[in-house]
Parts: sequence; C-alpha cells; structure tokens
Amino acid sequence: MRASAGYTEYHPRWLRRRKSTYWWLERVSYLAFILRELSSIFVVWTVAFLLLLVHAVSQGDNAYRHFLSWSGSPLVLLLNLTSLLFVVFHAATWFRLAPQAMVVHVRGRRLPGAWIAVSNYLLWALATALVSWLLLGD
Amino acid sequence: MARRSIEPLLWLLFSAGGVLAALLGPIFLLLFGVVFPLGWLSPPNHEYLLSVLRHPLARVFLFAFFALLLVHGAHRFRYTLYDGLQIKHLNEFVNLLCYGGAIVGSAVAAYLLWRVP
Repeated sequence: MRASAGYTEYHPRWLRRRKSTYWWLERVSYLAFILRELSSIFVVWTVAFLLLLVHAVSQGDNAYRHFLSWSGSPLVLLLNLTSLLFVVFHAATWFRLAPQAMVVHVRGRRLPGAWIAVSNYLLWALATALVSWLLLGD
Repeated sequence: MARRSIEPLLWLLFSAGGVLAALLGPIFLLLFGVVFPLGWLSPPNHEYLLSVLRHPLARVFLFAFFALLLVHGAHRFRYTLYDGLQIKHLNEFVNLLCYGGAIVGSAVAAYLLWRVP
C-alpha cells in the first residue's frame, strides 16, 4: 500500500479511534464479510488437496487408492466438508456481486444486473456439469 | 513521474482466481472431498484419470487454475489480516508471506504437473 501515491496510512493529526480487533462480531453483515474473507484459507487448502491427488495419480494405482482411502478418514473428510461450505459461500457471493463488477452495454443500453447474475450462475452450472461428465463419464 | 503501482495487477489476478475458484472449486471438492470418500459414487479409475492428466491442455489449464487460486487466496488472506485483525504494521512481512507462498505453491504445482508420467 505504501507504493500508491498520495496515500498515507498514518496521519499524525487525524483523530482515529482504535477499532476493536473483534469489530466483525458487531453485526451479522460484518461477520459474513469476514467469513467470506476466510474462504481464502479453504481455497488454498483445495489447491493443496488437488495437488496431492495429482501427485498420487502420477505415482501409480496404489498411491491413488491410498489417496482415496486417506480422503475418507474423518479429519480429512471434515476439512473437505468445511472447505466445500466456504467455497460455495465464496461462489454464491461472488456471482451475486458480479452485476456490480461487470457493466455490460448492448447497443448503448446497460444490460440489467439480473441478466449478468443469471448468466454467471448458468456458467457455474455448465462448468459443474462439464467436470462431472469428465470425471464420472468413463 | 509517479511509480506505477502493482495493485491493479494483483486485483486482476485476484478476480481471475475468484472466478475460477467459484466455477470449479465446489464440484472438485464435492466429488473428491465428499462424494467419492463416502462411496456415494465410484471414483474414476487410475488409468482413466492418468490419461486425462497426460493431456497437455489439461495440465496447462490445471497449472493456470492452481496458480490463480493461490494468488486469489493470498490476496484475500492479506486483506483478512489487514482489515479483519488490523495487522497494519507488518505489511511487508504479510505481503512477502502471502505472495511468496503463492509463488512457491505455483512452482510446486508446475513441478507436480510436469512430472506426470
């Protein structure tokens, strides 16, 4: 943040009341915000988990079977279930916000936000179907 | 002349990773994290999965997927610490840890995907 011009994080003359470290417990919307931010941890875990899968598949059939039984152990299962909840929360909020982030004009008129949200959800369904077909189709 | 900030690029990568995580994260987690371990559906066999991973396009795509998700996670986690816990005096350290971690993770991903037999 220090690189951006004209922006100082600490201004000696401003009165700044210190916010509590637990400010995000004050309102449900704040809590939702911080939970959404925490989804980052579970996104990173998803990458680690899938990389372990890639590694196991590279190692051979035995390693792959070992990976599958390991992913069935209670702790890993719980972690993945939690991750699924957080990543779905990320996805739902991400697509819900898409209309604010994407301004699409067609023939000089702005496309209604609902259209953009719906097309994002459709894309989500399509991607989900494609991966399911690829992984379950053999 | 003002020095160009890298922030816009980081936000762009954050968005790209966010879209990919939203589109594909849930189904990967649902299948490999929940459905296959619980035996609701039988997982793809090893031979088939290896043939999918062998395809160069699959590997290039997976690398982009992993790398962008890591940058997305790093960027958001950086702001979780900044806004959520208000850790503002350790900016350099936090940034190094987050983006450095994402770069190291991407390198590991590239290595693992490269090594697929």
